[in-house]
Amino acid sequence: MSGLQVTWFCLIGVLLAGYIIMDGFDLGVGFWYLFTKNDNDRRTLMSSILPYWDGNEVWLLTGGGAVFAAFPHVYATVFSGLYLALMIVLFALIFRAVSIEFMSQSESDGWKRFWSAAFSVGSIIPALLLGVAMGNILRGLPLDSQMNFTGSFFTLLNPYSLLIGVTGLAMFATHGALWAAMKTGGEISELSRRRAKGAWSVYACLFVVCVVVTCILGGHILANYVAYPFLWVFPALALFAILAIGHYNNKGMKWRAFLSSSLAMLAILLTTSASLFPNMVPAINDPAYSLTLMNASSTPLTLKTMLILALVGVPIMLVYTAWVHMMFKGEAGEEVAY
Amino acid sequence: MHLDAVLLSRIQFALTVGFHFLFPPLTIGLGWIIVWMMTRYKRTQSDFDRNLARFWIKLFGLSFVVGVASGITMEFQFGTNWAQYSRFVGDIFGAPLAVEAIFTFFLESTFLAVLLLGWDRVSTGVMWFASLMVAIGATLSAFWILVANSWQQTPAGYHLANGRAELTSFAQAVFNPSTLPRFLHTVDGALITGAMFMMGISAWFLLKRRNVDFAKSSMRTALLVAFVAAVIELPLGHYHAVQVAHTQPAKLAAIEGLFKTQRRAPAIAFCILNPDKCETKYTVQIPGLLSLLAFGNWNAEVTGLEAFSRDEWPPIAMTFYSFHSMVLLGMYFIGMTALGIFLLWRGKLFESKRFLRLALVSIPLPFIANELGWMTAEVGRQPWIVYKLLRTGDAISITVPAGQILATIILFCLVYALLFVAWILVLRREMRLGPAEGSAALQRGARGGAKS
Repeated sequence: MSGLQVTWFCLIGVLLAGYIIMDGFDLGVGFWYLFTKNDNDRRTLMSSILPYWDGNEVWLLTGGGAVFAAFPHVYATVFSGLYLALMIVLFALIFRAVSIEFMSQSESDGWKRFWSAAFSVGSIIPALLLGVAMGNILRGLPLDSQMNFTGSFFTLLNPYSLLIGVTGLAMFATHGALWAAMKTGGEISELSRRRAKGAWSVYACLFVVCVVVTCILGGHILANYVAYPFLWVFPALALFAILAIGHYNNKGMKWRAFLSSSLAMLAILLTTSASLFPNMVPAINDPAYSLTLMNASSTPLTLKTMLILALVGVPIMLVYTAWVHMMFKGEAGEEVAY
Repeated sequence: MHLDAVLLSRIQFALTVGFHFLFPPLTIGLGWIIVWMMTRYKRTQSDFDRNLARFWIKLFGLSFVVGVASGITMEFQFGTNWAQYSRFVGDIFGAPLAVEAIFTFFLESTFLAVLLLGWDRVSTGVMWFASLMVAIGATLSAFWILVANSWQQTPAGYHLANGRAELTSFAQAVFNPSTLPRFLHTVDGALITGAMFMMGISAWFLLKRRNVDFAKSSMRTALLVAFVAAVIELPLGHYHAVQVAHTQPAKLAAIEGLFKTQRRAPAIAFCILNPDKCETKYTVQIPGLLSLLAFGNWNAEVTGLEAFSRDEWPPIAMTFYSFHSMVLLGMYFIGMTALGIFLLWRGKLFESKRFLRLALVSIPLPFIANELGWMTAEVGRQPWIVYKLLRTGDAISITVPAGQILATIILFCLVYALLFVAWILVLRREMRLGPAEGSAALQRGARGGAKS
């Protein structure tokens, strides 16, 4: 196991964390959109994510590209193995993207209703299925000696992964409501704050359930935690951050609540990474077939080249992304057209 | 019923990339013309130039999103349907894709938000900068994806080890023999596409005698860009073909319908191919021209298809006809824009209904030319997915049942058809609303109409 491989394991984690924190809030807003009937409120919710959603989605493409570049066997095994599930996520993302830009492009009610549904459903499906995918990775996939998936679509719908999926959905819903509370004003902001509270209580409970169920299941998911008890600091941090969400949200301290939610997501990803390491995709049927840091990675030259490029490119991106966030700070209005 | 997973995977890739590639050339071309318009606006600070730029930015945004959505499909599809390919090339092919995301996707997406929504928040200088970043991002994105695709055509900077291609030199892999010609050829094609799109829509306004001043300004700009880009494409296309002649002789032979290896090889202007009999009928050809074009010498020997075993032949007819149709369209673009320049010079352009109608119906043609070019390039590379290293038939995901691929093909057809129709509808609505009256001007008080 080389330093480069470990570094890239961590960087993929960072990119994944970036994705769920950034795109998480607009997926979450999409979730609440379904339950928002008032046209003005819908427009305001849309305004709160309009300048950001496209850049946010790029984190997914960056994460995917990084996995392809650094651990091509993981990319190949997971994407071909989870074929139908990924296609469902893909179609959802396609509809979500187009609906945001097309929704306001007609006065027709039918048009607006169609694209509004596309936006909500297109947000909810990834918010749910990404968690299901993570659950399956943690639990392990059936793999053969050629690193290929030997299960079916229904293999992926196991109870553990569905539990993680629903928890993830609650996590995104909370995160989205907190963002909406922060970026809007008036009644919709207050409504979002209350929604965040509701989603948060489900999220907190489910998180605890996930930890308990994982402990009961034991096996390779828990192996690292048994061997290195200091790793419990990660789920502890996650729990602490989740509780902080509730605390700050109750007090109406919206920015801190959102920050806590982001920290919770990071800590959750640290938790899952600590469980997996040094595997990338455990093989549930035979540990010898697991995809690991070592057997699934690219060459040292590629990892080194990619590292240099990432260390140059990501900070530059963070700077101009922050600049654009500053440009659009303040509350979103109702305008949804350009 | 026996379904062939390889054929289905190829069909799905062709359909999805074909749909996707309608949009990036449009947005790259429009992107640069928009930078020009924003430069003018920055200088004049006039409402006219502002509304003009915003109109085209609006059309840009509506088209860009469909490119983004269909682009996610592409990044997924190497893994979902071409897993064995991904394992074989991942050490080399994955890096340009990751770099594309880090350096260009973030850039264009983030600054497009500024360009669409930042009008009342920042200075014109910042808006101009945003337009430049969008154009640069889109163009660099084309560069990196072409780096990856070019590596498939002319692999370099690698060695074979551990059952895969492994990187030995990033610089050589990135700047492999076909990267530069293909990048220039593609980007110039994008300029033609964006410019002729703008020409056609401007022509529509002029024919309807609506927003005449806007239309005249756009038409002049677009016509100029289209003409220069169309003319430059001739040497760029030639440069590309010379590279193919040197690095992919089987593809060149298929493109040119050359069966027998020969000196003074002819360039065929027209024929009906019979690949099974290795012959052409009703052939109109210029003797020796192919030798001259490909190698700079009438007497140069050009390798014919007979020099390769049949299992290394690409589909000849598809390669030949798509290449020749593309060149025909390229000639048409030069001729048509030259006519426009002539009419402009004579002061007759805006009244010439025939030319305006021609410009309008010509809108789809650059899109078709782009697709034909890609057919030439990718079909011409068969049976290789990585030239001489990996066959397409050995590259698919072996765990995905053919039935599932068929199902997703059907879904892509339905969804993309819907998106295409919706895109046309929203474009038409923007055209009917026109500049200034359109939703380009609808952004009121972007500082937030916060309700209390």
